[in-house]
Amino acid sequence: MATEAHGEAGQAVGMPQLDFSTWPNQIFWLLVTLVVIYLVLSKVALPRIAAVLADRKSTITNDLAAAEELKQKAVEAEKAYNEALANARSEAAKIVAQARAEIQKDVDAATAKADAEIAAKAAESERTIAAIRDGAAAAVAEVAREVAVELVAALGAKADADTVTAAVAARLKG
Amino acid sequence: MATEEHGSGLQIHPMDQFVVKPLFGDGPVHWYTPTNVTLWMGIAVLAMIALLVLSTRRGARVPSRGQSVAELFYGFIHKMVEDVAGHEGLKFFPYIMTLFMFVFLSNMLGLIPMSFTTTSHIAVTAVLALLVFLTVTLVGLYRKGVGFLAMFWVTSAPLALRPILAVIEVVSYFVRPVSHSVRLGGNLLAGHAVIKVFAGFAGAMGVASVVPIAAIVAMYGLEVLVAAVQAYVFTILTCVYLRDAVDEAHH
Amino acid sequence: MEGELALMGKYIGAGLAAFGLGGAGIGVGNIAGNFLAGALRNPSAAPSQTANLFVGIAFAEALGIFSFLIALLLMFAV
Repeated sequence: MATEAHGEAGQAVGMPQLDFSTWPNQIFWLLVTLVVIYLVLSKVALPRIAAVLADRKSTITNDLAAAEELKQKAVEAEKAYNEALANARSEAAKIVAQARAEIQKDVDAATAKADAEIAAKAAESERTIAAIRDGAAAAVAEVAREVAVELVAALGAKADADTVTAAVAARLKG
Repeated sequence: MATEEHGSGLQIHPMDQFVVKPLFGDGPVHWYTPTNVTLWMGIAVLAMIALLVLSTRRGARVPSRGQSVAELFYGFIHKMVEDVAGHEGLKFFPYIMTLFMFVFLSNMLGLIPMSFTTTSHIAVTAVLALLVFLTVTLVGLYRKGVGFLAMFWVTSAPLALRPILAVIEVVSYFVRPVSHSVRLGGNLLAGHAVIKVFAGFAGAMGVASVVPIAAIVAMYGLEVLVAAVQAYVFTILTCVYLRDAVDEAHH
Repeated sequence: MEGELALMGKYIGAGLAAFGLGGAGIGVGNIAGNFLAGALRNPSAAPSQTANLFVGIAFAEALGIFSFLIALLLMFAV
């Protein structure tokens, strides 16, 4: 085969890899290709991808930090809410106590007034009762005297009115 | 006799696919001639631009599908460089990314039927490996000075063995670009040649050619894997070599 | 006649060189198997060692590729 070293183009004779006449061509175009790839990669592609990756990383970090912050805020908000709730509760309790005290005062005042009225009424009633009792006592004395006079008259004795009256009065007092 | 066999039914030319020929006309291949090498390297550049530049055009915070792929490539190589070559190696990240994208895309584009696999040529892989070799050597000498040569003097070995080990280390250091380039080129060359050989069988076997076609399908799947793994291996070996040059406390 | 003998030797040599690929296969299988054994023993440490796995496989495989290249050279370039 070595004898047919110069076959027509397109048909390999021997190993094309060892055909040194094509080496300068391959090496030249390889170097051109490598320089182009290197320039494109180092000037455009790699910085761009690195920027995107860095941007994504920082975004994720920022988002995580923001989430952490928001979580912190939520905790604070809950604390504030609880605090406000407790304040409102104690305020409400205070208001309730105040209202109760005022109502108590009103009630006390009303009670006192009512008591006073009741006392006044009771006193009047007592007075009325006393008057009635006095009237009744006087009526009893009158009736007793008249009955005594009648009795004395019925017993046949002449009774002096004054004596009878005195005797009845003494008796009633007795 | 051999020429007679070549003339008859079984026509297998597994090496035809690797021929470098001018794009226009049939003239000789000068160093500046646009050839199929130029074409497929140009397509690799366009694919790289589509993959890493156009897809990231919007630079969205929530990535589109294409942008996710670009970020995947970026993250994969970035992590590899950082893990293997160390933090100092990140300065060389664009360079390593260039090598990876070129090798990966060339391998993948070479798998398209009727295409031309630039990385199957030892001329291409040798240049890639020599670039890595020179970079590592020069960076190592620049950063560490004579200390870089201490790499060859294995202090953990007994004193009597050290000169012998030094010779072995030096030889293996200079064999690095050879194995680095031949591994990549040879893998692709072998896979593509094997597929072509099976394709030649299929042409000569009539109905029974179902068998070689099935074999081609299986080989093709393997070749896709090989294309990706070889790009990965080329890149990670670059990182491993680079670690010798930039690592402060080397192994 | 002489040329045919040389051709025969060339093809035999290429076939013999292809044996080297078997060695690479053994080597790669050995690495992958040992990695798997170690990974099953200590799965948590496995992901950090995949890079070493691939580097080892690449080294083992390169030698097989060398022998394949010798076969190719014999077939097509000598």
